[in-house]
Amino acid sequence: MKFLTLIILLFSANFFSESSAPCGHYLSEDLELEGMCEDAEVDPTDKASLQRGAQLYMNYCLGCHSLKYSRYKRVAEDLEIPLEIFKENLIFGDQKIGDLINIGMGSADAKNWFGNSPPDLTLEAGLRGPDWIYTYLKSFYIDESRPLGVNNMVYDNVGMPNVLFNVQGEQHSVCKQIPSIAENGGLRQNPLTGEVLTEERCGFLETTKGTGEVSSEEFDSQMKDLTNFLAYMADPAKTDRESIGFYVIFYLLIFTILSYLLYREFKKDLH
Amino acid sequence: MKVNRIMSWFDERLPITATIERHLTKYPAPINMNIWYLAGALMIVVLVIQLLSGIWLLMNYEPTAEGAFASIQYIMRDVEYGWMIRYMHTTGASAFFALIYLHMFRGMMYGSYQKPRELLWVVGWLTYLLLCMLGFTGYVLPWGQMSFWAAQVIMSLFGSIPFIGEELLTWIRGDYLISGITLNRLFALHVVLLPLALIAVIFVHILALHEVGSNNPDGVDVKKFKDEDGVPLDTKPFFPYDITHDLYAIGVFLIFFCFIMFFYPDGGGYVIEYVNYEAANNLKTPDHIVPSWYYTPYYAMLRAITFPIFGLSAKFLGFVVMAAGIAIFVALPWLDRSPVKSIRYKGVYSRFFLVLFVASFLILGYLGSVSSTPLRTFLAQIFTVTYFSYFLLMPIYSKYEKCKPVPDRVKLS
Repeated sequence: MKFLTLIILLFSANFFSESSAPCGHYLSEDLELEGMCEDAEVDPTDKASLQRGAQLYMNYCLGCHSLKYSRYKRVAEDLEIPLEIFKENLIFGDQKIGDLINIGMGSADAKNWFGNSPPDLTLEAGLRGPDWIYTYLKSFYIDESRPLGVNNMVYDNVGMPNVLFNVQGEQHSVCKQIPSIAENGGLRQNPLTGEVLTEERCGFLETTKGTGEVSSEEFDSQMKDLTNFLAYMADPAKTDRESIGFYVIFYLLIFTILSYLLYREFKKDLH
Repeated sequence: MKVNRIMSWFDERLPITATIERHLTKYPAPINMNIWYLAGALMIVVLVIQLLSGIWLLMNYEPTAEGAFASIQYIMRDVEYGWMIRYMHTTGASAFFALIYLHMFRGMMYGSYQKPRELLWVVGWLTYLLLCMLGFTGYVLPWGQMSFWAAQVIMSLFGSIPFIGEELLTWIRGDYLISGITLNRLFALHVVLLPLALIAVIFVHILALHEVGSNNPDGVDVKKFKDEDGVPLDTKPFFPYDITHDLYAIGVFLIFFCFIMFFYPDGGGYVIEYVNYEAANNLKTPDHIVPSWYYTPYYAMLRAITFPIFGLSAKFLGFVVMAAGIAIFVALPWLDRSPVKSIRYKGVYSRFFLVLFVASFLILGYLGSVSSTPLRTFLAQIFTVTYFSYFLLMPIYSKYEKCKPVPDRVKLS
């Protein structure tokens, strides 16, 4: 029993240290979740969201980030966008509908301009997870010390410019007075007045109202659409896979029940 | 009548009926076989899954450093149901290892390696060794980041061998670094040599099994008491009794298998590691290089050796310990001096060491899957010692412990 407890302790202690801060310095309103990513609420069945995401991607991201393992036509079909409309609005340049989603920028040029060539994003959601992408997209802030004038809470010293600056507006890293937590885990209070004591905490992100094209709620919702699109991109067969899987397992259940009955019948011969 | 005449025409020229009777329909299987005896049959199913899905993958895979990664995505996106074929193969790889570990544990638990089944055990171990090689070579083929760096780590072990290491390493890689040349040779091994060898070795394994007969949870010899036809009393014919039992087990197994394949194909990062979503890049080392889950106990052993001895590097010693950890299973039939086979009748020491072995294996498996810290390395050292103590102390504890009396015939629970 002691041995078992030791094993359990070992495992639990290790698991916590392993997944401590997947999202860098990102600080949400809920302070216990420092470095934790925000939930992107990915839903591959929400076609409208995926369509909005695709539109954002083609307009803001595709200049630098290819989706070179995927084809335009497949995206149009999966997202239920009529081919004509897709061709007119979402394919730029002279690419064909059956082409892979490549970009014109050469990787050597990109390396010169940004210090590193922007990665292909077809599989990014598989590599980092959708929650990371969503939090990352929201976490650019103004930092004059950086060459491009921006930094990112999730990806420290990021090389990517904030292409969504006009949409989101100015975002700064600010300090706030937050309720102070006592050693016993409760809120620290002034013993005489009962007033909650506060302390300063820095690293919160705050958008300046009116500087962006959309409100910050609308921006979050747009970034969820974009993330949803990238999650679809990494695993385009997900909805098909799961619906087929349901039938397969249903059939296997019937098969297993029948084979169990057969087995039971033969088992009666053996004493 | 006509069918009989055709059959006898064949039988006079090729022993079809005799072979089917000997190996399938009339093969006597002990009546007290339990759930632990399913893994073998299930592995045959997985073997077929792997061969078929492998052939279909091969129709679309491109074995070059430039094209491999993209061809996997081509299979996943442009080939009809390509994702299903690929996930079948990746899930199958993990299932194969899960089953062979259960199968080996069954043998250790019931003493199935003891006389007269020593060769059966050795041949079985060969299939495990081949599976390890198949797993490794197959893992490199998608040419993702983890493929590349796993190849880098494993192959560099050969470079640690004193004197000949560097030369040997270059010879194995076929290049001065891991490259398309290395990929091509691993590809050749994975799709031709190793599967051929695996099928041959499994064939011999089954042949040997049917020569000596199956062991059973009581570890008693069922051939001692026979009926007037010479059929052992405590057995049942494989057909229809075992085949229907296996069919039912295959159904249950496939439900689990398909659940992972269709709903959690990357198995939370264990079946397909997330780092492998990025194409191989020799200039960018991943933060943690972690092997597939089925190698992690041995990876932990490799990393546990952190000190050089007699001028031999720690890396080389780690390699030796790791190889010994895999190889030592072969010696089991000769390490066990117990007069009884099954753990049911063995003494308290055998039970203790078997539990210790399983615990060591699992803990090492966990330690091999996380990044190392001084505490974890220390634990890995301890559990490497306990892992080997099961084997190396066996001649002593199995000989001097007090065993329970073994019944003449099997007991049915």
